[in-house]
Amino acid sequence: MSDVAIGQRRQPFALRFPSVMIFLAILALFTVGVTILSEGFGIGVISTSFIKTLGKTLCLCLVALAMDLVWGYCGILSLGHMAFFGLGGYAIGMWLMYARTEIIVLESLAAAELPPTPEEVSNGIATQIFGVVGSSEFPPIWAFAHSLPLQFAAVVIVPGLLALVFGWLAFRSRVTGVYLSILTQAMTLALSLHLFQNDSGLRGNNGLSGLQNLPGLDDVPQATVSLWFFWASALALGLGYVLCAWIVSGKFGSVIRAIRDDEARVRFLGYPVEAFKLVIFTLTAVIAGIAGALYYPQAGIINPAEIAPIASIYLAVWVAIGGRGRLYGAVIGAAFVSLVSTWFTGGQAPDINLGFYTISWVDWWTVLLGLSFVCVTLYAPKGIGGLIDLITDRKSPNRHGASLGPDQGSLREQEAEK
Amino acid sequence: MSTLLEVSGVSVSFDGFKAINNLSFQIAERELRAVIGPNGAGKTTFMDIITGKTKPDEGRVIYGDKSLSLLKMSESKIAQAGVGRKFQRPTVFEDQSVFDNLMMALKKTRGPLAVLFFKPSSEDNDKVAELAEQIGLSGALHRKSGELSHGQKQWLEIGMLLAQDPRLLLVDEPAAGMTPAEREHTTDILREAAKTRAVVVVEHDMEFVRRLNCKVTVLHEGSVLAEGSLDHVTKNEQVIEVYLGR
Repeated sequence: MSDVAIGQRRQPFALRFPSVMIFLAILALFTVGVTILSEGFGIGVISTSFIKTLGKTLCLCLVALAMDLVWGYCGILSLGHMAFFGLGGYAIGMWLMYARTEIIVLESLAAAELPPTPEEVSNGIATQIFGVVGSSEFPPIWAFAHSLPLQFAAVVIVPGLLALVFGWLAFRSRVTGVYLSILTQAMTLALSLHLFQNDSGLRGNNGLSGLQNLPGLDDVPQATVSLWFFWASALALGLGYVLCAWIVSGKFGSVIRAIRDDEARVRFLGYPVEAFKLVIFTLTAVIAGIAGALYYPQAGIINPAEIAPIASIYLAVWVAIGGRGRLYGAVIGAAFVSLVSTWFTGGQAPDINLGFYTISWVDWWTVLLGLSFVCVTLYAPKGIGGLIDLITDRKSPNRHGASLGPDQGSLREQEAEK
Repeated sequence: MSTLLEVSGVSVSFDGFKAINNLSFQIAERELRAVIGPNGAGKTTFMDIITGKTKPDEGRVIYGDKSLSLLKMSESKIAQAGVGRKFQRPTVFEDQSVFDNLMMALKKTRGPLAVLFFKPSSEDNDKVAELAEQIGLSGALHRKSGELSHGQKQWLEIGMLLAQDPRLLLVDEPAAGMTPAEREHTTDILREAAKTRAVVVVEHDMEFVRRLNCKVTVLHEGSVLAEGSLDHVTKNEQVIEVYLGR
């Protein structure tokens, strides 16, 4: 038997994957730091609207994580994950809107002489919500909107089920590569066009609004509510990161990376490739749905434009710029690009006056983003996350499995900390 | 010895070109067989049919004691049933370590959930170490397989096949790009493997086939031209005409 440490003594998860611990520590520090600087619980340096931006960014990081799992690890370039994200948002938005409108309607009906019948209440709510699209009845898909647990379930089930059915059809027919990407785009486009219709039952292009107000908690200031959501988003991101790291660390990760690199070969090893793809596709759709359910209450409004195909393309761009195939790369990419994007499009970036032409960043930001995407793809395929390799390689150079020193008894790479 | 695989009357054509024409072939358990033939004789298509990559237009492929028809099964199901295949070009997962490659190939339940909750036991680790020893890669277990030399990749792939523990092993040009010493080692591995399972070797190199010292099947234009010992088939007039051509 060889003298190489084959057994890879089963160390605790945390020790085998120090990057997970580092990530969680940074996330925790960030969360505590923001809380201390916030208006709601701290010294008030960071405005409530910026807390919301940061909370939303964490949700985007979570959906980027899902994208990295499905694209960076499993090689399925899905251009439809923002649709799942949006569906999660719609699912939670329906309850938020229903419950809040219910309170308003009950208040206004309380003044009446006779106590209102359930029918009157229901009609009142429906008129309030759907008046804007010229309807006063609840469409069937609102059947569960009164129940928070059921809508929570919908956050997971609706995107999951859609991904399961879509994935089953697509993978079973062995649609891969660019054709699959186009198919996912078509799904996204179809969904967003459907939601744009007034009779889709989700208020057409008006979307759902007022989601930042939690029903029954009108007395709680937004400064506090925004922090609740910020914490929830941070928690979700932390849990999502650990889950993804666990999935990609073991044999499952090995198999999906193998599928990415050579699908046919994996089949000849006896692995049912389609089933693996379906599991990953559905799981990431569920993660995206949860991220969306946390995002839209912070954004306050969701409309079909959010599900437009371009959103999913942006998602792929974030992951590419951050560095696909590594979890922290996706997080870095999403956080960096979306925050920079907020800065540029929020009008904070100073315009550049060239004398004959003024570059206003609100218009030119997308051009800059496109250029950087092209540059990253061509010159730095590892993305921003690749910079971390520079540091770790300097600390412990890759000796390709050889001893770290010239002596027989010197440390093997496997034994040394890496 | 009982028959492990029976291919009978199989034909397949691509755009009118008959790649396999009424081919029949049998192999018994624990038999070593070499398949030779000129380019375009249909050797690779023959393997594609057995492993489920190509569906034939007609014919039957029956495998194992339960007489399974492989034609109705997917590639992964066929592989799970015990048919392993080595490709002409070494195809290992270059981004992953030798250890990971072997661990992935190790015969285990292949379903997504079983794989997700899989934890290698110490026997599994020992098995991998043993295989690495056998293919001469013990010292390279934790190297990325992309860093290996061409010959080492060939061996790693053979190791992965052995890890799969197939009952029928199909090997496409195993000695391509190997040094004479490596070839010898490969012959040993294949002969050793054939003691416990059926092995079909597709090869161009006559010297290599001679060293395997086994029954030979000659393919030509998609059907069997001759079958027997190497000396027997090389004396066959037709074989000399189409293949040796001298």
